[in-house]
Amino acid sequence: MTGPAVLLETVDLGMRFGGVEAVSDVNFRLTEGELRCLIGPNGAGKSTFFKLLTGQLLPTRGKVLYRGRDISGIETHEVARLGIGIKTQVPSVFDGLSVRENLWIAASRGRPTRRANEMVDEILSRIALAGSAQRTVGQLAHGQRQWLELGIVLAGEPELILLDEPAAGMTHEEVVRTAELIREINRTRSLIVVEHDMQFIRMIASKVTVLDRGRVLVEDSMENILRHPTVRDVYLGKRVAA
Amino acid sequence: MNARSRNGALNGGALNGGTWNGRAWNIAGLVTVGVVGLAAMIGLPLVLELSSLLDVTVYLILAILALSLALVWGYGGTLCFGQSAFFGLGAYAYAIAMFNIGESTIPFLLAIVLPAAFAALLGYFMFYGRISDVYLGVITLTVTLILFNAVNSTAGPEYQIGEARLGGFNGIPSIPPLNWPGMPDSALDLNDLFYVSIVLLMAVYFGLRWLLVSRFGRVIVAIRENEQRAGFLGYDARLYKLATFTLGGALAGLAGCLFANWGAFVSPTIFGLGQSAQIIIWVIVGGRGTLIGPVVGCIAIQWLTAFLGSAQLTKASLAQVVGPTVADALSSVMGFADLSNTSLILGAVLLAFVLLVPRGVMPSLLDLARFLVRRRPADALADKAERAT
Amino acid sequence: MSEGESVDLVLVLAIQVLFAMASLALISVGLAVIFGMMRVINLAHGEFLMLGGYSAIVANQHGVNLWIAMLVVAPLVVGAIGVVVERTLIRFLYGRMIDTMLATWGLSLFLIGLVTGIFGNTTVGISAPLGGMAIGNYRTSIYGLVVIAITAALLVAIYLVLRYTRLGLFARGTMQNPNMAAALGLSPPKVYAVTFGIGAALSGLAGALIAPISGVFPTIGIAYIAKAFITVIGGGAAILSGTISAAALFGAIQEVATYFTTPVFGVVITLAAAIVLIRLLPQGITGRFLKRWL
Repeated sequence: MTGPAVLLETVDLGMRFGGVEAVSDVNFRLTEGELRCLIGPNGAGKSTFFKLLTGQLLPTRGKVLYRGRDISGIETHEVARLGIGIKTQVPSVFDGLSVRENLWIAASRGRPTRRANEMVDEILSRIALAGSAQRTVGQLAHGQRQWLELGIVLAGEPELILLDEPAAGMTHEEVVRTAELIREINRTRSLIVVEHDMQFIRMIASKVTVLDRGRVLVEDSMENILRHPTVRDVYLGKRVAA
Repeated sequence: MNARSRNGALNGGALNGGTWNGRAWNIAGLVTVGVVGLAAMIGLPLVLELSSLLDVTVYLILAILALSLALVWGYGGTLCFGQSAFFGLGAYAYAIAMFNIGESTIPFLLAIVLPAAFAALLGYFMFYGRISDVYLGVITLTVTLILFNAVNSTAGPEYQIGEARLGGFNGIPSIPPLNWPGMPDSALDLNDLFYVSIVLLMAVYFGLRWLLVSRFGRVIVAIRENEQRAGFLGYDARLYKLATFTLGGALAGLAGCLFANWGAFVSPTIFGLGQSAQIIIWVIVGGRGTLIGPVVGCIAIQWLTAFLGSAQLTKASLAQVVGPTVADALSSVMGFADLSNTSLILGAVLLAFVLLVPRGVMPSLLDLARFLVRRRPADALADKAERAT
Repeated sequence: MSEGESVDLVLVLAIQVLFAMASLALISVGLAVIFGMMRVINLAHGEFLMLGGYSAIVANQHGVNLWIAMLVVAPLVVGAIGVVVERTLIRFLYGRMIDTMLATWGLSLFLIGLVTGIFGNTTVGISAPLGGMAIGNYRTSIYGLVVIAITAALLVAIYLVLRYTRLGLFARGTMQNPNMAAALGLSPPKVYAVTFGIGAALSGLAGALIAPISGVFPTIGIAYIAKAFITVIGGGAAILSGTISAAALFGAIQEVATYFTTPVFGVVITLAAAIVLIRLLPQGITGRFLKRWL
């Protein structure tokens, strides 16, 4: 095999809930340094696929390989220790703690305190929350919470970052800033972004995977995806026209 | 937004210590506790008679027990309905070992290690079994009842461990007191026990303060706030919870050992539901997420129940405390019920706090204090923003 | 031992095991209704049993026929208390399971204190009606058989309610999907009050029926609460199949363990077995098996 190494790969991945096949036969492959967007209509299996990648669900078929190692169904904290950072759809942060405390918890695992403190300061300025460092997270606006979670993920210095709807509920300016941030992160890290805001995806996308009814419908560049007739039918038609 | 989030869950945590304000609060708190503790240690034996000093001693011992649950529940977020199980195990372990060994160093250590080991076993079983909070409550409750029932039924002479008769519901009387390590002949008298108890209480308090500003302490609070996120960051929540639970068991065992010394007697009621309920009431009244709260809550509740229970409270003596009008009203409302009925009062206190003051007294008082000394305009702004959310 | 005698012994033992199962189901079913439908763990359940016992005895002392006192007065009184409790305490705490446990524990202590204040800390006895019956050389109490029969009838009645009434429909929905209660947040508070009242009434009935066997005293609830909890938690969210399967399992374990050790260790072994079961099946028996059952 030539080209950059495969970072994450799924082999015949399938997940069945009772009689419903939420994900079936997904063979997905992400190379090192890649930024991949994952889209699909509601109920396409995006969330289930995401949870299979992050170890929150144990697949009923197939496996998830990270650097060739089967990670399907391993403990959440082990996923993190392999170098995978995760941002969930609803911001998952420590509500009762201050912004600084949130980042510190993330930065301090496996680092001496001084290095962790430096890291926190660096990230605070990157996510534009330096002015709110002492505020309790429960008081932050939604967009700020999204950024904070992104910052928390970055503080763990993961090699691969999985983002579930990072721009959800943001204002237009915030979306633009988030897209910038993601492109900047992509200079040094690989990312998988689950989204359905097409404008946002156009701002960041290189390659897009479209899921439909639990299967991979097509995998291509954003421009080609937009021209793809089947994709337009199942998902994009209404939105792009609108 | 949950109740804790208003003033940062780390109790003015050390991370706020980056600012002068947070650090000042912490230091002020520590100094206050240290000064009050030292003053009590030096002053109380001078002003109190031995019998009153003995009463104070049991409050101090129970305050250690309160701190054990303050850690496990208040900071770790694991509500253990059976903290008394570890307390009781500590007391029984000390008593049984003491009758067999005679020198108290090993019994003292056993009283800590054995409950800790039992907590570790139970915690491994629960946390690694992914048992939800509520079932965890039921399991810890059931374990307590198992111990109570089992020990209660060991009255017969066949239940004997070495030289120690378990005694069933009669309990174990005449437990030999602690001695200074390695000197079996110099036993602690009741004055010594007071000093040992207050020193240990302060050691546990300051030790926990230190623990909670360490990385370990911050991580357990983070896990309480959001276990999933902590997992995503690579922290094994089960392991941290297990460690916290085990430490809580050890501290409760230590309190149990001192308690067995205090009365020279243990009985199965130490495992009882009533005892467990009291520990929870101390913590909820004092306030979760603080250490000083449960200590104060414990002492206040114990004093209240002792006062109501022992004073043979008459309307006249009640009138001296609350005034004649209130006394009239109280005794007409509760005419049939004896005011020394602690179950009634503890139940009412627990209900009232869960429904009306779920954060407890101390966090509310600390908020008030912060509000009163708050001067900086930035804080005022933040306060406004806080109220707006 | 002649052949006839060993048949008698087996029969007596069988009745004992059946009685253990039935009494477990009986003391647990009120708690199961409240837990299954409302996801509320009622730590004052033992005190509802205790109040049922006192209601029956007091009514009987005032000239009410014992059967009416046990089967009608006790459930009505405790059911009414349940409705009051739901309206004044529980409804403020929905969705906060731990707080509900704490509040009902407070209620439990409060009720123990209150009843101690009223009736004193003594055991009030009431003799079991109907006397005994001989099986060969062994004797067994007819009342025990009646309790088994009433329990069976009660379980059938609950089945019919669940299967054929609107309340039953709601209950089945909630049992199938734990989030249903939250999803039906708009449903009238009446449903919750009625559910809690029914659960309390069933507990009152159970407390009255066991009163002639054990007597009644203010802290009697503590003796039953652990058994009721393990039966409900061990059974899982399905009210009927959960209660029956767990009661059968734990009742059998308890009787066998008691036969080989002592009654106290029978209970201890049963509780320990229950803890292991909860560890293996965190959703209870019906969370794994009998999933679609009531």
